[in-house]
Amino acid sequence: MTDTGKKMLEIRWHGRGGQGAVTASKVLAESAMSLGKQIQAFPEYGSERQGAPVKAFTRIADQRIRQHNQVTQPDVVIVLDESLLDAVDVTEGLNDNGTLIINTQSSPAEIRQKMALQGRSLYVVDATGISLRNLGKSIPNTPMIGALVGATKLLDPKLVAEDFAKKFAKKFKQEVIEGNVQSILDAAQEVKGE
Amino acid sequence: MPERMALTGNEAVAHAMRQINPDTMAAYPITPQTAMMQKFADFAADGLIDTDIVLVESEHSAMSATVGAAAAGARSMTATAACGLALMWEILYIASSYRLPIVMPVVNRALSGPINIQGDHSDTMGTRDAGWIHLFSENAQEAYENTLQAIRIAEHPDVLTPAMVTLDGFIISHGVETVTIYDDAKAKKFVGEYNPRYTLLDANHPMTLGALDFSDFYFEHKVSQLDGMMASPQVVLDVGKEFKETFGGEECYEFFEAYKMDDAEYAVVVLGSTAGAARMVVDDLRGRGVKAGMIKIRMFRPFPYQEIAKLISPLKGCTILDRSIAYGGDGGPVHIEIRSALYGYNSVPMLTNYIYGLGGKPIEPEHIMSAMNELQEAVKTGTPKRRIGFLNLKEDYVPAV
Repeated sequence: MTDTGKKMLEIRWHGRGGQGAVTASKVLAESAMSLGKQIQAFPEYGSERQGAPVKAFTRIADQRIRQHNQVTQPDVVIVLDESLLDAVDVTEGLNDNGTLIINTQSSPAEIRQKMALQGRSLYVVDATGISLRNLGKSIPNTPMIGALVGATKLLDPKLVAEDFAKKFAKKFKQEVIEGNVQSILDAAQEVKGE
Repeated sequence: MPERMALTGNEAVAHAMRQINPDTMAAYPITPQTAMMQKFADFAADGLIDTDIVLVESEHSAMSATVGAAAAGARSMTATAACGLALMWEILYIASSYRLPIVMPVVNRALSGPINIQGDHSDTMGTRDAGWIHLFSENAQEAYENTLQAIRIAEHPDVLTPAMVTLDGFIISHGVETVTIYDDAKAKKFVGEYNPRYTLLDANHPMTLGALDFSDFYFEHKVSQLDGMMASPQVVLDVGKEFKETFGGEECYEFFEAYKMDDAEYAVVVLGSTAGAARMVVDDLRGRGVKAGMIKIRMFRPFPYQEIAKLISPLKGCTILDRSIAYGGDGGPVHIEIRSALYGYNSVPMLTNYIYGLGGKPIEPEHIMSAMNELQEAVKTGTPKRRIGFLNLKEDYVPAV
């Protein structure tokens, strides 16, 4: 990933209420913390409603994070729902070196044309397809974590998957854990840049 | 062993309460405190604590039950936010006048109306003369540590005064960050056993609480509350020192944090989570050759008048940020205290005051920078642009003051 000179990585998640953007922001942060990083994760606080556009944020750094202001200039933007591209400006505050990762079946070229996107690194992944394949339902958040670490090389996808399995061992059934682990690993492999 | 965890501020404080394991906890849910009590109830359901959790029908009842339990000699806690604290109003004064060492985390939130669930300091500022100690927390770690220390401070025989530990609504209460939870046995040992000197259930030493008290003794009793309040600063320092020595933490253990204040000419004063952005602004100004510093106040009640005044008096300029309005007063509550603290000093700096962040309105480094730039300009010209300013107010809205 391009070095922006910042000592901290700031990630913005776009999703719709119920897709797990807020959970993803936390799961990624917890994985990063397990692997020795300092972290923050927080949603944009509003009235959460099923299907409404939601935003969440993750900060990851080697040093202690002391600031508590908003993330206004993210390094990475992740879009869990392609229909949001018509509803919100997902590139807001994302500078020219920033990275955009979108859940879509379209190619990077098609998305770039559709968004009239200038600059930035663009990645696509069919997170919904991966989720349907591994879990039998559309929960695009864990595959998008896989796509993020696959595209940015921020963390080792295998370690993130292992951490997920460990953390949710008590909460989910074994088949749900396995489906999510496979989703993380598949998305890390299948995410496509330009 | 201390354990590094990814926790919200609410969860971090719930862990402190788990380690304290109070005898009673009476609470009523209110956003953004609800998740704290939910986590605490989880700990109880998991058998990790044996606290008697009392579910009540309002915050007025929550504080009443807490007062009753504390008077009976139990280590008693509750937690609330915003309108919940407002509903406790009457009983807050009863807790402090009975000299009951209740510790209450308060998640700072805006008061209605209009209805708003997000963070500002209007709630606890409204209770600033209720006779409680107020400790503000910058982050989840500090909220956790302040809660553990508050027990020792409130219960100290010289103090016997209730204490609030505050954390900023949503920004800290609902944001996940890296928190170190200290070893359970060590934390429990630090908090210690509670052996109240006076209890209603001690039949050998009968006493009365809440008796009718007219002009014969009411005044004397109210003045005697000052004894406990004014004994607390030394205890805050002693407990903080012991805490740091025991656990080796990196938070603020004194009345305030003085960041880059040694040779500072300009300073910004803040409470709570805004300190992070203020530090960034100070670093930025230092990089441009401006001798800037920050004061983050931890202990707002009792207010450390002399120590703050000594630090601020030699400056060229100081801007004070308030996350609440003292309607009809001189700007915000922190500003009023500091302006008053400086009276009598031969050298006083230019003071400016900015209200910000009401109802969760974002505060970014650039807003604090604009306040610091206006401050330097005011020092140059000798006149502030505005006596009371507003950060991040919509540009087309022109306030009357």
